[in-house]
Order: sequence, then C-alpha cells, then structure tokens
Amino acid sequence: MQWETVIGLEVHAQLNTNTKIFSGSATAYGAMPNTQACALDLALPGTLPVLNKEVIEKAVALGLAIGAKVHERSIFDRKNYFYPDLPKGYQTSQLYHPIVGEGEIEITLDDGSTRTIGVTRAHLEEDAGKSLHEDFQGMTGIDLNRAGTPLLEIVSEPDMRNAKEAVAYLKTLHTLVQYLNICDGNMQEGSFRCDANVSVRPMGQKELGTRTELKNINSFRFVERAINYEIQRQIELIEDGGTVAQETRLYDADKNETRPMRSKAEANDYRYFPCPDLLPVEIDQSYIEAVRAKLPELPQQKKQRLINDYELSAYDASIIVAHQDIAQYFEAVVSATSANAKLAANWVMGELSAALNKGDVAISDSPVTAQNLALLLDRIADNTISGKIAKTVFEAMWENKGSADEIIESQGLKQVTDTSAIEAIIDEVIASNPGQLEQYRSGKDKLFGFFVGQVMKLSKGKANPAQVNALLKSKLAP
Amino acid sequence: MHNKTVAQISQDLQNKQYSSVELTQHYLKRIQEQNHEINAFITITDQLALEQARAADVLLAAGGANALTGVPIAQKDIFCTDGVLTTCGSKMLENFIAPYDATVIRKFKEQGAVMLGKTNMDEFAMGSSNETSYFGSVKNPWNKQCVPGGSSGGAAASVAAGFAPAATGTDTGGSIRQPASYCNLTGLKPTYGRVSRLGMIAFASSLDQAGPMARTAEDCALLLNTMAGFDENDSTSLDETVPDYTATLNDSLQGVKIGLPKEFFTNDLDADVAEKIEAAAKEYEKMGCELVEVSLPNIGLSIPAYYAVAPAEASSNLARYDGVRFGYSAKAPKDLTDLYERSRGEGFGAEVKRRIMIGTHVLSAGFYDAYYIKAQKVRQLISDDFKRAFESCDVILGPSVPSTAFKFGEKSDDPIEMYLSDLYTAGVNLAGLPGLNAPAGFINDLPIGHQLIGNYFASAKLLNLAHQYQQVTDWHLKTAY
Amino acid sequence: MALSQDDVRKVAFLARLRIEDTDVTRYAAELTNAMELISNMEQADTDAVQPMAHPLHCTQRLRADDVTAKDERAKFQALAPKVEAGLYLVPQVIE
Repeated sequence: MQWETVIGLEVHAQLNTNTKIFSGSATAYGAMPNTQACALDLALPGTLPVLNKEVIEKAVALGLAIGAKVHERSIFDRKNYFYPDLPKGYQTSQLYHPIVGEGEIEITLDDGSTRTIGVTRAHLEEDAGKSLHEDFQGMTGIDLNRAGTPLLEIVSEPDMRNAKEAVAYLKTLHTLVQYLNICDGNMQEGSFRCDANVSVRPMGQKELGTRTELKNINSFRFVERAINYEIQRQIELIEDGGTVAQETRLYDADKNETRPMRSKAEANDYRYFPCPDLLPVEIDQSYIEAVRAKLPELPQQKKQRLINDYELSAYDASIIVAHQDIAQYFEAVVSATSANAKLAANWVMGELSAALNKGDVAISDSPVTAQNLALLLDRIADNTISGKIAKTVFEAMWENKGSADEIIESQGLKQVTDTSAIEAIIDEVIASNPGQLEQYRSGKDKLFGFFVGQVMKLSKGKANPAQVNALLKSKLAP
Repeated sequence: MHNKTVAQISQDLQNKQYSSVELTQHYLKRIQEQNHEINAFITITDQLALEQARAADVLLAAGGANALTGVPIAQKDIFCTDGVLTTCGSKMLENFIAPYDATVIRKFKEQGAVMLGKTNMDEFAMGSSNETSYFGSVKNPWNKQCVPGGSSGGAAASVAAGFAPAATGTDTGGSIRQPASYCNLTGLKPTYGRVSRLGMIAFASSLDQAGPMARTAEDCALLLNTMAGFDENDSTSLDETVPDYTATLNDSLQGVKIGLPKEFFTNDLDADVAEKIEAAAKEYEKMGCELVEVSLPNIGLSIPAYYAVAPAEASSNLARYDGVRFGYSAKAPKDLTDLYERSRGEGFGAEVKRRIMIGTHVLSAGFYDAYYIKAQKVRQLISDDFKRAFESCDVILGPSVPSTAFKFGEKSDDPIEMYLSDLYTAGVNLAGLPGLNAPAGFINDLPIGHQLIGNYFASAKLLNLAHQYQQVTDWHLKTAY
Repeated sequence: MALSQDDVRKVAFLARLRIEDTDVTRYAAELTNAMELISNMEQADTDAVQPMAHPLHCTQRLRADDVTAKDERAKFQALAPKVEAGLYLVPQVIE
C-alpha cells in the first residue's frame, strides 16, 4: 500500500530576555544549579507572578513576521500536573486565548520549490526546570534555574508530508527567530526545541491516522532521523496488522529509535483554568504597529532583495539568508567591493564557507574579514590576479599572512597581462610540443585545453587566462 | 492598658504616657499567662517584639514616629515573616521559616509597629471555626465552649482576649467578618486588590484579601492606612490612590442611602439576629441615613458558586506543597508518587484535602464547563446584582453571619453546613467589594455583628458609617475579660 | 452527580493525595454533597453571561526586563528536606 505521512511540529523557542517570564531571576545559561531560582521560581508560599514586558514584544514580533493575527487580548491559564521540574504544580501557559493566532511560513525545498506551511498559533508559557539523572544515591537532582524561562510555543498545522519538509520548516523558523532577535536559536543548549506529531494514512484517505508525539529531538539531523524512524515504525506496525497508539515517545539518538515515555504513560487531566494571579494581557493596535515598525528585514524580504538587487539566483539567495551572520558578511563584502555580487556570493558560499567549516570557526571570528575579502575580489575584478591565484591568496590570508595586496606583492602573484610576455611563453610551449600542435591543426580541437594548461603552468598561473585564450587561438591557427 | 484602642495607644505613646517596651511587655505577659486557655497564637515572637518596641521607642523619642510606631499588632500566621515560623495553620508548614516578609508585614515594619506573634487560623484559611488548625482550635474569649469563628479565629480571639489591640486577618469568603462578629470586633475586608497579596499564603487568589481587625472602626482605619496600597509585585494589586481612611471618619451621614437587600431579610434569617440588624439600621436612620430596599436576586447562589471557584483555585494553589523544596516531606518514600501522595496526604488536614478534591473535581475534564465556567458566570450575575443595587444606595446593610458563635463540634461533622454559614459574606468576595463587620449587640451573652457592604473603593465610607455608629452605641466597648 | 469510590480515587490521584481505604466512602459522600450544593447553580440562567475570572476588570501590568533577584540558594535550600550539590533531590524520575 502507498502511505502518506502527516507531520505537525511544535517548536519551543526560549525568548532571549534578561529575566524570566514572571520573575526577576536571570536566564543566563550554565549557572550553578539553583542559583538563578528565586522565591517565585521555587514556588515558595505567598509568591506572585508579574509579567515581563519583553516577552510580549517578542511574541508580537513573531506573530507579525508570519503574517498572523496578533490578539489584542490574551489570557494565561494554568496547566496542572505534578512533576519535580514544575515547582508550582502547574505550568502557566495560554490555552484558550493565545497571543498569536493563525499565520504561515513559506519553506524552500532542496529542489528550489516552495511550500507554505500553516501556523495554528503561538502562545507564551514558562519553561520547566531540569532533572539530572546522574546517580545521587538512586535519586534525581532538580535544577530550577531554567524554571520560568519564557517560551514561545509555535504550533504548526499538520501540513508537512515528509521529514525533509519538516526540517525545512524548522530551519526556516530557526532562521526567522534569530533575525527577529527573539531567540538565540542555540539547539545544544535547548533554546530552540522541537516536538513532532507524526501519523501515517493510506494515500488518498481524508481522515488522519493516530499520531504519536516525538519528544527530545534537539538537532535538525535528529528531527529528520526521528521522523523517518517513526514513519517506518508506524507503517510496519499497521502492515503487520497492529494499530498505532496515541502516545508520547522519546527519541533516542544513540540507538536511533523512538520509545514510549514512561512518565507520560498515565492518563493526564491538566485541568486548565485561567490563572487568577495574572490578569488578561491587553495590547492595542498602536502597540502592535510600533512593534511592526521596529521589525528588521526578514529572511524572505532579504532573499527577494538579493535576487532583485544583486541578480543572485533564488538558490544562492536562500543559502545566504539562511544564516543571518553570513548574510551580514555577504552584504558587507558586496558594499565594499567593486566586483559583482555573484562573485561575492560564490566566494562566501565557496572558499569562505569551506574554510570556516574545516576550521570549525564562526563567521564572526573569521580571520578573513569582509573588508579583506572585498579587497581580494577587487583584485580579481581589476585583473591583478586570476580567480585561481586568488584561492592561493585567500589561503595565505586565512593564515593571517597579510592583506590581499601584501600577499600578491610579497609572493609575486601579480597577473601577467603584457601581451609580448604571454606570446613569448606561448611560443615556447608550441615549440616544445610539435606533436600536439600537429594533431591540433589536423582537427583535434580538444587539445586547446592542453595548450592553455601548459601556458598557465609555465607562467606559474599568473598569465591572464582571457589573454592566453585569445593569443593561443591566433598562434595555433594554421 | 489592654482595654485601650489603637488610637488611644498611639496618642499615649506620642505623649510618652508609657513606652512601647512597657506596653509590649504588658501584652506579652498577658499572652504568656493566658494564651494556653485561648490558643490564639501559634508563635509568640517575644524577642522580636521587644526588639521592635525598643526601636520604636527610639523613634518616638526622636519625634519621627507614625501613628502605628510602637503599637503592638498580632499577625495572622498566613503572612510570611522573614526568619519567623509561618505555618498557615498546617502541619505542612509546621517547620517553615519564611525566607521573606509579606508586603503587609514589611509595611507594618516600616511604620515601626511591633509584631507580638503569629495568630492561629484554620488550616490554609479553609474553615469557619478555627477547628481545622493543625495547632489546635481557638477558644472564643466570650465563651470558651464556643468557636471564635474562622479562618481568622486566632486574630479575632487575640484582640477579644486583650492579647493585642489589633490584628490582621484575611478574608476569602468571610474569614475576617465572621470571626469579628463572633468576637465583638470591627473587621474590614477591603476592595479586592487594595491590600497586596504578596507573601500572603494563597487560598483562592481571586478572592483572598487581607484586612484589619480591631475594636473600633477608627482602629481599622489606622491599620488600613498602613496595609493598603499599590504593590508592583502583585499583578492584581490596584494602582489607585489610597485615601487617608481616618480623614473621613467624622463625615456626616446625612442623606447616605443604606440599602437593605430583601433577600437577606427573609424568614430564613434568625429572628434574634434580624432584630439586631434592624436595630442597627434604626441607629443609622437616626443619624440621617435613608433606608431603602434593594434586591440581590442571585445572592442565594453565592455559596454554590463560591464552593466551586474557591476550591478550584485552591486545588491549584496548593499543588506546590509536594515535599520537595520546603514543608512537610514524607519519610522514606518508595518512589516519586509515594513522596507526593504521602507528603500531601499526611501534611494536609481533612478539610484541606476535601477542598482540594472538590476543586480538582470541579476543574477536571467533563465537569469544567458545568461547574467552573458556570460558577464564573454566576459570579458575574452576583457582581451585576451588586452593581445594580448600588445604583439606588450608597452602602448595603445586612447580617454578617446567620447566628452567634456555635459550640465546638457542632458543625464540624457536616462540612456542608459549615459552608452554608458563609451565606452573607461570600458573595462580597465573589464581587470583590469591601465588607465590614461591626458589633451590633448580644444574643444570650454572645456578640453579634452587622455587615456593611460598599461599592468598589468605598472602604472609607464603610469605616465612616461604622465609626459614626460607634459614637452612638457602645457594643464595641464591651470586653470579654 | 454522586461520586463513586473510583471517582474519589481518581480525583485523589490527580491531586496526589494519599487517601486511606477506610476514608474513601466518607469522602465519596462528602464530595457528593458538595457537588449537590454546587449544582444549585443550575437554577441560574447564564446563557447570555460572560464568565468572570477576576473581581476587577483590570489588565495585566508589565514589568521591565531587569534582573532583580539575587542568588539566595543557601537560604532557600535550608528549607528543603534533601539537597545535594545545589540540587533538590527526589526519588528517581524515569522518563
């Protein structure tokens, strides 16, 4: 049977505020356990929440960026359940009246095609603490530093049909929250987390199959693997005559498998009701418009601008905008160089990215600054060096051996453009390869490349390739 | 000395008739000698009280004193007090030394008031007789066979027994007004949001409100001047200017319209109580007030709505008592669920467990709309009733309670009957209005009060009426000792 | 309307309250009575009424995003039954 997969994602983005959603505790990552947990975070008797202004602004920014309805009135509810990382015995969240309503996100797939994924809602809530399962005489340790960190939960429609689409959606959202400066996007530290709802149904069937919720998938790679594993598991289960149980499953990256979560096994009844310690949040249109006015250029807008202004291909543009720091670097290069933007794009995505990856260096720490790269591109554009020599120069620049000009000068890499000099080299090459000359002249055109190679070799790569081509053509002619 | 009102004590201290230390020692001596008979205090903070009294005396000598500087106050054990045991009447918090001060406590400290101790109360303020306290029931100083009322029973008894000139209480469904009635005191539940709830251990967040309990309306005004005010750390605190509640005590009552809700004066109202309330109405009329009939058609549903809303909020508010970070923790738990279930099962008393279960049930899947949402709608109806009534009157007058103090054990076997005694008070909390009890006489040697209910922010008006009433009556001057 | 013994056990579990078997019948009766009392609300016609969650019709105030809390771990953990290495300890949690 042909199966269709249906995937919806729930993304938890930690908002990058200084303090928690309802208390004045710091949210910095990596502090000593429970040193950033104040009386409210510990749910000491008598403590009361007061809402952090920044979380509202950040939630509204996200809503506007995905074209969603931003609700002028939203209400915090309590979700009641017992768990040691949840000190109050309830999580403050927004069930009935979320701050952000329906919106949509456009994703670009590997083949360059685009799809629009619906966003059902985005609501504010508080993060839980962390359980540490290392052995404390058979006990679990609880660190409440994370408890109360603001989260924006962004819930998608079940619009994705395979794991690649899910990853593309996730990456698009990941890029967006960083452009908006509402989340640092650090997946290792758990700032940007994802749960996936996965179900399968026979191709053509309308109603959805029973879904499972996959938790604990903390990298793009694992999202793809976990979903693919789960799709396969469900299909095999059904084809073997079984039925999928609606349950929460944990993804184990080491074993590449999902398994039911024991702690979520018992049927829960969360008894949501409006939090009586908090009042309805009201924002007006002028507030919303003020947030809109402050929005930065969004990835989609930037992509379109790169296509329009720099004549980049849609593919190149989408790669460049995917990382805000790369986009910034690229634009800095373009504005500083006289070379064309396509050349800049090729260098940023090619040599620079490769060097960054190889050295595991962030672009912000690149030894070759945007200014330096711009200068190197200038030298290609003004024919001082060829593109090939430029790679040699770039390597030296990467090793901090100086600016492009200094390296070109000190290593004598300046391109040879003097026609008589190039002719002399060509003559020498022709003279020493009479056999090839004869074959060429008798119709073996392919040997032209051989002659170019020999000339470049003899010139140590410095001869201007265009000139070499033109001069060779006339010299080789019978 | 212990017959004096806060107003008199304040004057005497300013006039150096005696020092705060002498006064505090006097009260502490009475408490030490007699508290075991009444059980009004869970904790007596004698060392701290004397320290505060000495500091107050320095301030008084230097001339920088306020109205409450050096005045001893009994604090309900629901307020967190930094470094001092704060039990909320529960085994759950038997060893809980609060690590911070409630805003109310901080404000009293800033005024230089003296804290004598922490008063007994129904466990987590859930009760109307003080019989649910883990620390034993409180005796009514007027008749030790009788309950003092609740949940602020220790507070009421402490003032009625002459252990303190004034006390703080909290009122979720009548917990200030009912014990004030049982113990011949003036007690005020202000408008919801007037007094900060920060550090006041929550029972039902949308209903809880702290207020003063004392012999006179004037004393309540003096305490409320300190207690009321905006607190940016409580989202439900009102950012409204606080008046000087003593400034309007002597305003004329000429032309004040007093509404008598016809639903309060039916055949169900005990004849003796009705007689006292009607007598009080006459006194107000004599002072120039105009009596008008008003109607609160849905007030009869305030108990059903209250007993859905309050336990629902409580079930969630009390989830934090889980034996992990503070409070009672069951010994040798075999797993996490066992830790939770036994810590809570052993740490909470029967009434608290009952209300947590009622609230859990009210909020659970399938019942939420029928109980919780319905209760919120009824709450709106009751609130609308009051709004409509205040279109034709300035203040509402009625009973605070259906009867005088009852005997121990009389109602503790039937929780529902106990709940029904909140009949005249709980609606006021649902609407968030201010309500005041002031003494109205005695029935068979037990005190009975009358209740004044005001519109939003009308606490000053209630105090004005009660103060004027206390100029022409002397019920409030009678003491139990 | 009446709560069964199973209902009481379910509610007690949701609320994580250990209830002795000998008390279940009593709680069932008491909870049933309480629900009967609450059900009197059915008398009111509330079809056109909006639920009221707060006594006052105010809106949420917002706080500046400034760190105001300091590290008081030692003071707070003095209240806890079991701590180690700055962590609160609970019986092992199995995910």
